[in-house]
Amino acid sequence: MSQSSPAEKSDITLEGRSLSKIYHTGTVDVHALRGVDIQLYEGELVVLLGPSGSGKSTLLNILGGLDTPSSGQVHFHDLEITAGDESILTRYRRDHVGFVFQFYNLIPSLTARENVALVTEIAVNPMDPAEALSLVGLGERVDHFPAQLSGGEQQRVAIARAIAKKPDILLCDEPTGALDSHTGILVLEAIERVNKELGTTTAVITHNTVIGNMADQVLHFGDGQVVDSKSNTSRQPARELSW
Amino acid sequence: MRALNIKLIRNLWKLRGQVLAIAVVIASGVAVLVMSLSALQALHDTAAAYYERQRFADVFTNVKRAPRRLVERISAIPGVRSVEVRIKQLATLSIEGFEEPVIGQLVSIPEQGEPRLNRLVLRNGRLVALGHPDEVVLSEPFAEAHGLQPGDQLKALMNGNQRTLTVVGIALSPEFIYAIGPGALIPDNLRFGVMWMGDEALAAAYDLDGAFNDLSLGLLHGTNPKLVIEHIDRLLERYGSSGAIARKDQISNWFLMNEIEQLKTMSTILPTIFLAVAAFLSNMVLSRLIATDRSEIGLMKAFGYSNWQVGWHYTKLVMAMTSVGILLGWLLGAWLGRVNTEIYADLFRFPLLIFRPDAGVFALGAIVSLIAALAGSLGSVRRAAALPPAEAMRPPAPPMFRKTGLSQSRVAHWLDQPTRIILRQIFRSPLRALLTSFGIALSVAVMVMALQWIDSIEKIVQVYFHDAQRQNMMVGLVETQSDTTLEEFRRMPGVLAVEPMRFVSANLSAGNRSHRGSIEGISSTPELQRVYDASGAVLEVPADGLILSTKLAGKLGVGVGEPVWIEVLEDQQPVRKLPVVALFETYMGMPAYMNIDAFNRMMGQRPSLEAVNLLVDKSQLSRLYQRLKSIPKVSSVVLKDAAVQEFNDTMGETLMIYISFFAAFAGALGFGVVYNSTRIALSERGRELATLRVLGFHRGEISYILLGEAALLILVGLPLGCFVGHGLGWLMTSAMDSELYRIPLVIKAATDATAVLVTLGATAFSAAVVRRRLDNLDLIAVLKTRE
Repeated sequence: MSQSSPAEKSDITLEGRSLSKIYHTGTVDVHALRGVDIQLYEGELVVLLGPSGSGKSTLLNILGGLDTPSSGQVHFHDLEITAGDESILTRYRRDHVGFVFQFYNLIPSLTARENVALVTEIAVNPMDPAEALSLVGLGERVDHFPAQLSGGEQQRVAIARAIAKKPDILLCDEPTGALDSHTGILVLEAIERVNKELGTTTAVITHNTVIGNMADQVLHFGDGQVVDSKSNTSRQPARELSW
Repeated sequence: MRALNIKLIRNLWKLRGQVLAIAVVIASGVAVLVMSLSALQALHDTAAAYYERQRFADVFTNVKRAPRRLVERISAIPGVRSVEVRIKQLATLSIEGFEEPVIGQLVSIPEQGEPRLNRLVLRNGRLVALGHPDEVVLSEPFAEAHGLQPGDQLKALMNGNQRTLTVVGIALSPEFIYAIGPGALIPDNLRFGVMWMGDEALAAAYDLDGAFNDLSLGLLHGTNPKLVIEHIDRLLERYGSSGAIARKDQISNWFLMNEIEQLKTMSTILPTIFLAVAAFLSNMVLSRLIATDRSEIGLMKAFGYSNWQVGWHYTKLVMAMTSVGILLGWLLGAWLGRVNTEIYADLFRFPLLIFRPDAGVFALGAIVSLIAALAGSLGSVRRAAALPPAEAMRPPAPPMFRKTGLSQSRVAHWLDQPTRIILRQIFRSPLRALLTSFGIALSVAVMVMALQWIDSIEKIVQVYFHDAQRQNMMVGLVETQSDTTLEEFRRMPGVLAVEPMRFVSANLSAGNRSHRGSIEGISSTPELQRVYDASGAVLEVPADGLILSTKLAGKLGVGVGEPVWIEVLEDQQPVRKLPVVALFETYMGMPAYMNIDAFNRMMGQRPSLEAVNLLVDKSQLSRLYQRLKSIPKVSSVVLKDAAVQEFNDTMGETLMIYISFFAAFAGALGFGVVYNSTRIALSERGRELATLRVLGFHRGEISYILLGEAALLILVGLPLGCFVGHGLGWLMTSAMDSELYRIPLVIKAATDATAVLVTLGATAFSAAVVRRRLDNLDLIAVLKTRE
C-alpha cells in the first residue's frame, strides 16, 4: 500500500516496510501486525485510528524504537533502525523522536521547566525549556510541580518536553485519552502548532475519529493491518474540532 | 484454599527477592540469639556435668606443711562432706627437643584407688602404680604440645634432685581447665604443664612424709563455703595457710566463668541490634509494599472484606516473611551454636559435651522476631485496613514535591535534572531516607564493633607487654630468697639487667570494702617493670605508701592520700595502714605495688625476693636456659615473647571466628537494607524510569537516578555507622569490664575503613542485583498502564 502525500514536501522521514509483529503468549501466537507498509513524509501530520488491539500502538512503538518487529524494516532517512541494537535504538529515541503519552508520565519530583530540561540536557541542539513551554501556552507555569498542574496542563508540559529537543518525529499515543474535550482541544492545538511552526513530522494515535480532520493523512487500523487510508485536502484547525 | 490465601502465597512468590532479603536479616538476629544462648547453656551444662562427674572440690587452700592427722578434725567441720589432702610442688623440667625451661606443676594422687575429689579423666595409658615413684600422668594439653606419649621420659629438677620420670598416662582434670603457670596470663601448654605423681613418691621427694601442703574440700549441698573457710583458716593458720578460697575463686574455674560471662554479654547486646534492624526493615518494606498494593486493597474492600480481614491478610504476609527468617535463623543458629560450643569445648578440653539446646531458646528467638516484625509493620497494616475502598482504588495523586532552599541556591544551577530527582526524593521523605541510612549505618557499626576487638587486644599487648615490661624474662623462685640471689642472676650468661620482685597475698580494705589479692614489691625506680600513671608518665615508687591500679582503688573506694589497711596473709601476718600515694591504669588484673624496701621492712625481713625480672641478650638464651634448668630455686620462667605469642594465638583463634560471624552478619544487614530499599523504590518508580528510557536515556543514566539515591544514602550511612560503631564498641567494652581485665576502646582508622568496605561490598552486590532488573524494564507496558 502506498499513499501520495498531499503536502508539497515529498521527502520520506520515516518508513516502515512489511512490518509484522507476533507475540508468543503461551500456546497462542498473537499477530499484532500483519505486514504493514507506512511512510511518514517530512512535516506531515498523520492520525492513526482504530479500535483497541488493532495494532496501532504496536506500530507506533516500533516506529519509535521502543520495540522491534518480528519481520520487516524501519528506515529513518537512510538509517535502518531495525538493524540496530539496544544502544542504537536509545540513541535514535534520544536524538530524533519525541514521545507524548496518554498519562503524561511527567517526573513528579521535577517542575515543568525541569521536566523539559531533563530532555534538553541530553539533546544535541535543543530549544530553551521556557521557550518550549511558551509554545504550548504554559509560559506562566514553568515553576509548578506536576501535582500543581491540571491534566491538560500536564499533557502540555509533556508535549513541550517532547518537542524541546526539536525532534524529527513526534509520536503521540492517545494524547487526549485522559482529558475532557475542552482540555483535549488545547492539547491538540499545541500539537498542531508544533507541527506547523517547527515542521515536525507527527503521528497521533487516537480512538476519536474527529481528530482525523486535523491530519494530512488518516490511517484506519483493523486486525493488525491498515484497512483504509484517507488524505485530507485541507486540514481542519484543532480549535474548530468538537466531540 | 481460600482465594485470599492463594493471593498471599502468590504475593510472597512475586516478592521472593525481598522476602529473602528480610528473612536474611531476621535470620541473622535469630541465629545470633540461638547461637549465643545455646552455646551459653551448653557451656554451663557441660562444665556442671564435668565438675559433678569428677567431683571438683568446693573449697581450696594451701599450707606450708601440715600433718595428715588433721584430716579427722577437718572432716568434722560442719558442712564438709569429703576431704582430700595432697602435695603440690613446682619443678623445672627438661624435655628433649625443647630448649627452654618448662615448669611442671606436680600434684599428688593416691597410688591406690581414686582420689576422693578432683578426679582425673584418664585419656590414655594408666594411673601411677605403687612402688614406682618415677611414674607420672601428664595433662593432655601439655602432653600434646610436646608430643609426649605413655612410655616417654622427661627430666625434672625436684627439690634439687635431677630425676628421670616416665609417662604412664595422659589425663584431664576439672581443676586445670585453664592451666595457667605462675606469673602467666593465659595457658601456655609448651612451657607449663600439670603432672600427677604418687602421694608417697612426692612426699619422699619433698620431705613431706605424713604431711600435706594442699587441701581440697567437698561440701554438703547447701553449705555456705564462707563459714567453712573461716573454720579452715583458723585451723590451718599455724601451718602457714595463705587463706582458703571457694570454688568461684579457684583460678581455672574463675577464668571459665569469666568466659561464660562474656558470652552472656554478647548474647544480650548483639541479637538486640539485629532484631531492631529486622523490625525497622520489615516496617520499611511493609509500608511501601502496602502502598503499591492499594488498588487491590480497594478491590478487596469493595467486594465486602472487612477492615479486620484486610488487616489480617497483611499481618499474615508479615508473619510468613518473618517465619522464613525464623526458620533459617533456627537452622543457622543451632549449627553455629554447636560449632561455637565445640570450639569452646576444644579450648577448655572438656572430655564431654552436653549440647541440648532448650526449645525455649528457639521459641524466644521466634517470639522476639515476630514481635519485632509485627510491631514494625503495625502502622502500615493499620493504614491498609483503614483505607476507604474508593480512595484505595483511585490511582494516588502525583506525590507532592516542593522546592527546598537548595533549589534556589547557586549550587542548584549546576545540578542536572537526574540529580535534582535524587535530591528531591530524599528531601520529600527525609525520615525514610534517614532510616535507610541508619540501616546501613547499623551494618557498618556491627562490623566496627567486631573488628574493634583486634585493635583493643593490640593495645593491651602494647601497653601491658611492651610499654610496661622492659624485661624479656621473669623468673619465679621456689621460696623467698635473700638478695644475694640477685648477684647470682646478674652473673648468669646473657643477663644484662636484673630487678628483684616480691609478692605476698594480702587482704586490702578501706572502710567496709575489701579485696583479697596480693601486693607486689618493686624497686623505687624500676627500669624493667615500669609503672605508668593514667597520663602515661613513668611513676616513681616512693618509700612509703601504696600505688594502686585504678580498678582496685575503685573497688576499695579510695583515692590518692587516703589510707588502706593491709592484712598480710603469710609469715608473721603483719597488719599495716598505708596511704595511697599514686594511681595507675592497667588493663590486666588489679595490682597493688609498694617499694620493695618498705615491703621488706613491713614483713620484718632482710632484703629478700620471690622473683626476678631479667633483661637478657637473646643470643645467649641457650646458655641461660641450660643454667636455669639446673638451679633448684627456680620455680617458673616466663618469657615475654612466648607470652605475647601465646596471648595473640589464643585471642586470635577465638576472635577470628567471632569476627567472621559478624562480618557475614553485617554484610547480610547491608545487603538487606539496600536491596529492599532500592527494590521498593524500583517498584514505586519503575514507570518514571521507564519513561526516561523512552525519552532516550541510557540504562546507565536511569541507574544513576535510582542507585545514585541509594549511593547518597549509603554515603550518609557510612560515617554515621562508624560513629554508631564507636558507641557500640564502647557499650561492649564497658560490658566486658571485669576484675580480670579491662578492654580499652581503641578503634583504628583501618578498622573503620574495613567495616566501610565490607558494607560497601554488600551494598554494591545488592545494587548490582537491582541494576539487572533496571536493565529489563518493560518500556511498552509503562506507556499504557497507569500504576
